[in-house]
Amino acid sequence: MARIIVVTSGKGGVGKTTTAAAMAMGLALRGHRTVVIDFDVGLRNLDLIMGCERRVVYDFVNVINGEANLHQALIKDKRCEKLFVLPASQTKDKDSLTKEGVGRVLAELAEGFDYIICDSPAGIEHGATMAMYYADDAIVVTNPEVSSVRDSDRMLGILSSRSRRAELADEPIREFLLLTRYSPTRVAAGEMLSVEDVQEILALDLLGVIPESEAVLNASNSGVPVILNDKSEAGQAYADLVGRYLGEKLPHRFLEVPKKGLLSRLFKG
Amino acid sequence: MIDAQAPFDLKASSFTFPTLYLRGSDLDRLAEGLASRVEQAPDFFRNTPVVIDLSKIPGLAVELPTLVGILRGCGMVPVALRGGDREQQQAAEMLELAILADGRGASREERPPREAEPATPPVPAESARLNSVLVTKPVRSGQRIYAAGGDLVVVAPISSGAELMADGHIHIYGALRGRALAGVQGNEQARIFCRDLRAELVSVAGRYRLSEDLGANNVGRAVQIYLAGDRLVIEKM
Repeated sequence: MARIIVVTSGKGGVGKTTTAAAMAMGLALRGHRTVVIDFDVGLRNLDLIMGCERRVVYDFVNVINGEANLHQALIKDKRCEKLFVLPASQTKDKDSLTKEGVGRVLAELAEGFDYIICDSPAGIEHGATMAMYYADDAIVVTNPEVSSVRDSDRMLGILSSRSRRAELADEPIREFLLLTRYSPTRVAAGEMLSVEDVQEILALDLLGVIPESEAVLNASNSGVPVILNDKSEAGQAYADLVGRYLGEKLPHRFLEVPKKGLLSRLFKG
Repeated sequence: MIDAQAPFDLKASSFTFPTLYLRGSDLDRLAEGLASRVEQAPDFFRNTPVVIDLSKIPGLAVELPTLVGILRGCGMVPVALRGGDREQQQAAEMLELAILADGRGASREERPPREAEPATPPVPAESARLNSVLVTKPVRSGQRIYAAGGDLVVVAPISSGAELMADGHIHIYGALRGRALAGVQGNEQARIFCRDLRAELVSVAGRYRLSEDLGANNVGRAVQIYLAGDRLVIEKM
């Protein structure tokens, strides 16, 4: 039985799709059959970040509407044979995502995969609620600034009340916090919330902290999930995150100001 | 809300009725005792509504029609039955008596028996506790929790943008960053207790203070918030 993971945030531009792509690739590289679904109907991005935008023929909405079967719509990743992408539609209306349709497709995917990752659109509207409705686990992507923290908080409230698990009074969704675009230098300067600040406000298990990194932008532009760049801090932090999700005890890295920065600050002060 | 055109107003009122607590099933002895009691103060018992309470003698057979007859014979008007088993309650219905909920029977038994003395129906001062609501998970932005008719206890943080409401007190054992409104139905005795005050708004019975009026000394502290006259007081604990 597959585990369904939603990557969500409320706020846009915090790194949901980057995270969904990295996490899917990370799980697949460890040998788990993984599919990542783009729920952002009308504003699809996942296929770009996964580097498969030229291979999209059928999409998620086609499968829901019965115009294509899963086999036709799933795109197999060229770098990892355990990884598949189910792209979103660029042209259709987001209301084509129906609860029944999404449930049917997820049930079918659950038979062949170990992990199903749902890349949620921003906001708390229909697409976002559909992405989280069937989830078992939620990764709440948050930037260390107040508006993102508040939106994540709002999302957590929705997760605990409007998911299938909430409606069936089942065991609640497991919620994890992922801090992205973290800059220890700016935290030290008091320009950014610290890990402790965010954790205190959200009261949530911290799954990972991804440092602000140029590697992320480069990875998006070139269609290579950043986790494949194991030289970059962001890539390593995502690899840690996948390990932690699978139950490994790994210390959080990249939380301190780099040595050089600290020294120069000392001399300046 | 009051409609002048309406043919009636239906409202709740409370009355004090004497209640007859039976301590045995011997109705002859009861009739004797009652007669001598009535003799002492006939005016007091004339046409007085009486509640029959069987909760002290569960399982004992009491001939309800006879009992009602005795009471009527003494000039009283039996109006309701409290306690008793199904059969007795059915009999009471046949006699057109109301059936009262068997509330607070346990605590009553502890008291020394005061035979046939006009009893005051208990004022539900503490009943609010029965409706208290306990929340153990963080209350998120956009969520609202209302404890109707009771207290609200939260052992988790309250995020900004979240709202707590209670007819009674509010107890918060996490940081309060959202809003807390106690005594929302107008209970001026309601209080807010909080371990870490960072609220957007606190209110008791409609009197409120915004975050900027909390007082810099109180922010981040353990406080209680209550009404003193018309003033909302925030006091360190």
